[in-house]
Amino acid sequence: MAIATSAPRRRRRGPILPVLLVAPAVILLLLFTFAPAVYAFVLSLLRVHVSGGLLGSSTETVFAGVANYVSTLTDSEFWASLGRMLLVAAVGVPSVLVFATLFALCLDANRARLTGFSRLAIFLPYAVPGVIASLLWGFLYLPATSPIGGQFIDYFGSTAIFFAVANVAVWGVLGFNMVVLYTALQSVPRELFDAAQIDGASELQIALRIKLPMIAPAMTLVALFSVIGALQLFNEPTTLKPLTNAISSTWVPLMRVYSDAFVNNDIYGGAASAFTLLVMTVGATVLVNVIGNRLSRRSAR
Amino acid sequence: MTAIAQTPRRAVARPSRDGRPGSRRINWVATIILLFGAVYCLVPVLWILIASTKSNGELFSTPPLVPSFDGSFFSNISGILSYDHGIWLRWAGNTVIYAVGGGVLSTFIAAAAGYALGKYRFRGSAFVFRTIVAAVLLPSVLLAVPQYLLLAPVGLTNTYWSVLLPQLVNPFAIYLCKIYAEASVADEIMEAARLDGASEWKIFHSIGLRLMAPALITVFLIQFIGVWNNFLLPFVMLSDNELYPLTLGMYGMIMPTGGQPNQFSLVIGGVFLSIVPLAAIFLSLQRFWKVDLLSGGVKL
Repeated sequence: MAIATSAPRRRRRGPILPVLLVAPAVILLLLFTFAPAVYAFVLSLLRVHVSGGLLGSSTETVFAGVANYVSTLTDSEFWASLGRMLLVAAVGVPSVLVFATLFALCLDANRARLTGFSRLAIFLPYAVPGVIASLLWGFLYLPATSPIGGQFIDYFGSTAIFFAVANVAVWGVLGFNMVVLYTALQSVPRELFDAAQIDGASELQIALRIKLPMIAPAMTLVALFSVIGALQLFNEPTTLKPLTNAISSTWVPLMRVYSDAFVNNDIYGGAASAFTLLVMTVGATVLVNVIGNRLSRRSAR
Repeated sequence: MTAIAQTPRRAVARPSRDGRPGSRRINWVATIILLFGAVYCLVPVLWILIASTKSNGELFSTPPLVPSFDGSFFSNISGILSYDHGIWLRWAGNTVIYAVGGGVLSTFIAAAAGYALGKYRFRGSAFVFRTIVAAVLLPSVLLAVPQYLLLAPVGLTNTYWSVLLPQLVNPFAIYLCKIYAEASVADEIMEAARLDGASEWKIFHSIGLRLMAPALITVFLIQFIGVWNNFLLPFVMLSDNELYPLTLGMYGMIMPTGGQPNQFSLVIGGVFLSIVPLAAIFLSLQRFWKVDLLSGGVKL
């Protein structure tokens, strides 16, 4: 009897292995994700206090409360950098969504040719990292080397620069998102299209009325990927910066965090900007998710 | 996979239209739209291919889309390979360490954690899983500067570890592995192995990992691309250019030119060399991508 009860209890307490397996991930997550976020928050509440004494001035770190946040949030350059980032996102995110969907629908269309080649070609830029892609496009934009009319169009003009930066980012992620949407299309039951076709629906009608609503959840995912990517915009403007004066060292918020912390040596202000950005990103992620879920639920009805 | 999925559909769709076998006309609209997309994506790569055949002078004097055949290609390539005592190859080696080494390690970490969370209930497992889901919301790029601030006091910055360690754990990868483990590693198989006297560890590495292999390849590719793409972390962490990955090294080469064209052909040679081998590896691994895993993962 005692043996019979102890055996299942040992099983229920479970072997030690799962704890060991999950331990490295948990430890690394605590050390390199949660600790930096908490540390950034702590730093953002501090400031350097310079006190003049008899033996010259000495510096000490003191509690600053929300002073760093106030100076970040009242700094017009912070909002300007956020605005520039949103402009790039306003160009880039809809472009990715529209063109990735368009290409996925074309790949899925009946009787389209050369689909294997096109799919591969559009996916290829995903293998090119943002920095290399920016160098690549930088040469295409520069008047001296441009094969795409940089001699006549100023790609680094005050308006064009937003399109130029967004274009580099879109070029890199279009293929990946296209494949996500195409895969979603492939999992839609084929009988639906056949039934619609028998009823006389055209290819275009099937695409708009049946395929689009069916892949709405995947489109939400693409929008989410793109918005999160836009909020982390850094590689492209930083790499294009040496080529043009149109990009300042605080052009997007993440560049500002970097220059606060490393150029101006104000790690407390930088930590406050970083934490503000973190909160905004989490908020935007939740928002896109909620909107997307609501939209796809409505279209499913 | 595409071909397999489409063939039966075409076979059904054709007679259902009007029974006419001649309706195999090409869908020109879709084909042309796709070709436009392909051209947009290929032109920059094609240009770098052409530009890499030119000397610095020819870059500005000859038409942009006409290649040159005077052997500048080889002098450009040998120029970049011998630049600063062959530092480019060192950068390439570092990239392999960061992206492949880090990618493999983090795939195993995610696989172990995902398997444990998916196949076992233990004290705190639900809490751990909820924490990991919450961590998906914290984008790692935004944490690069705080990570530097945290690593600086312990003297870990400007080392290989400073770039490797922060990227070893990816909450999204753990999440994918958990879902895949739940779906692909059947309880019955594990129970049968237990009855045969296999240890839990043996069940994990000889059954669990093998059944999760398709997901692990995708997770590795996601990690690989993530590390290869992450510019800010090495940018913040590293000051010694012997430790740079390719992206940072190439950025450092364009930086001092300040848009001045004297080093352009060298940088172009470097960009060309960075893209070609990677594109080749990537395209050959393409069929192992399981993107449905990504879209399926969010539905659950």
